[in-house]
Amino acid sequence: MKTYENTGSKDTRSGFGAGLEELGKSNENVVALCADLTGSLKMDAFKANHPERFFQVGIAEANMMGLAAGMTIGGKIPFTGTFANFSTGRVYDQIRQSIAYSGKNVKICASHAGLTLGEDGATHQILEDMGLMKMLPGMTVINTCDYNQTKAATIAIAKHNGPVYLRFGRPKVANFTPADQNFEIGKAVQLQEGNDVTIVATGHLVWEALEAAKELNDQGISADVINIHTIKPLDAAAIIRSVKKTGCIVTAEEHNFLGGLGESVSRELALTHPTPQEFVATNDTFGESGTPAQLMEKYGLNAAAIASAAKKVISRK
Amino acid sequence: MADIKKLEDLVTQVRRDILRQVHKVNSGHPGGSLGCAEFFVALYQEIMDRKEGFDMDGLGEDLFFLSNGHISPVFYSVLARSGYFPVEELNTFRLLDSRLQGHPTTHEGLPGVRIASGSLGQGVSVALGAAEAKKLNGCGHKVYVLMGDGELQEGQNWEAIMYAAANKVDNVIVTVDLNGQQIDGSTDDVLALGSMRAKFEAFGWEVLDIEKGNHMQSVISGLEKAKTLSGKGKPVCVLMHTVMGNGVDFMMHTHAWHGKAPNDEQLATGLAQNAETLGDY
Repeated sequence: MKTYENTGSKDTRSGFGAGLEELGKSNENVVALCADLTGSLKMDAFKANHPERFFQVGIAEANMMGLAAGMTIGGKIPFTGTFANFSTGRVYDQIRQSIAYSGKNVKICASHAGLTLGEDGATHQILEDMGLMKMLPGMTVINTCDYNQTKAATIAIAKHNGPVYLRFGRPKVANFTPADQNFEIGKAVQLQEGNDVTIVATGHLVWEALEAAKELNDQGISADVINIHTIKPLDAAAIIRSVKKTGCIVTAEEHNFLGGLGESVSRELALTHPTPQEFVATNDTFGESGTPAQLMEKYGLNAAAIASAAKKVISRK
Repeated sequence: MADIKKLEDLVTQVRRDILRQVHKVNSGHPGGSLGCAEFFVALYQEIMDRKEGFDMDGLGEDLFFLSNGHISPVFYSVLARSGYFPVEELNTFRLLDSRLQGHPTTHEGLPGVRIASGSLGQGVSVALGAAEAKKLNGCGHKVYVLMGDGELQEGQNWEAIMYAAANKVDNVIVTVDLNGQQIDGSTDDVLALGSMRAKFEAFGWEVLDIEKGNHMQSVISGLEKAKTLSGKGKPVCVLMHTVMGNGVDFMMHTHAWHGKAPNDEQLATGLAQNAETLGDY
């Protein structure tokens, strides 16, 4: 079993900020827009070093999406920054018409996604955003797992021509993927090799999946663990290859089971390789105030929940 | 000096194109289209500095964005008659597999269209983004927008209007088609707009009126004036007073023809009031 070391917990949003700042230096067409959350999105360095390419739009997310769409006309690569809730539901029609349907090269960068936003509560804890975004034709949807991967993804999406939704979060979480990784959109990352159960996780749940795999291993169960950072396009081949070996699968995400990673995986399995599946996800509910750890425990989104789901799905084989 | 007669002939032909497009498919929006025929002809033939052909980025030329996408018949007619695509293609308006979708889109690759519009209230934001990109690119050309008056009921516009003044986006000229009508009735009855001049001025815009928005020389003079006001630290708003359905007597001064096509007899009446000038497609 491979071991993964937490090289020091960091927030994924800081990975975004670091990636954006690197892009600012390396690509003069990259511009950044923010709706009054510069500090929260860790966009301060880009703002300080490239003020002419930083656009503070105020608390006006709809206008921000339109501005970003317009800036692509003239060759700019706009990165918008606000919370996931205000990056999706609040501006869905603006994204749909002015960005997705119009085929504009806008990178929608969304922080504070999911329950781990914590104490602010359900108004800010969106658990529906990946579903909203993946339903838009042509939209790429990425949910990164740690600081290093978020930084690498931020840099990678600038090279992809087309709209992208990049989802990350607020809390400090384990940083365990390589600092020098080559981020490939749509390409799953195999983290553990195992034969008894496949665990496919995205975002903050990837580290939890690794912890679950350790726990399962101690009980004599070997888990195949895959980090799916790209929800759309989904690396179906990697998933099918794994379930052909294990015969069952757990999907894990900080999102509603409706519209999330699990549903996308189910579709692929139904089409080509029907397989028992358990969903570690929120169960069609809003969140609430609490610490991130309390919330992940209460809503069943941690290593213990993944291990329990793994045992359950193995029993269904 | 503009050849007014020639431009007015083009307007007449554009009116015919509008009526024939919507009649053929028994759908579309003739009222607002007819009211803006002079504006589109003036803009594309006299006002904008345009390059040959079409490329999306539009560097080194003026840009135009249509925010109220439902008046696509007039947009398509003037684009075709300004050389962006063959006028015969107007025959495909709203048909399956056409590039001339009900509302304009980039999705089918129609030359001349840089953004999809139809869901209202988004065009000013997009134009401001394009204007900011022009500034970053050191391109001194301008960005024009047309929007409906009823459309100003959409809140996003006011986000954009506030942004433009605060950030001195002075290379954008927004024309509001003040025809006072929307689908459910007059704008006064549906949701009164109040003084558009006072509102735009309060937001920090330079505002001018074109009182006779269906008079070619007035439209040209107004837009020329708008050009001279731009580039001075403030965005520019043109309040263009038009008559919905202008040029077809039974369609004028009513909201009834906002989104309704004429029948065969009504088409004949409308065409008789606008004799062919440049040749039908």
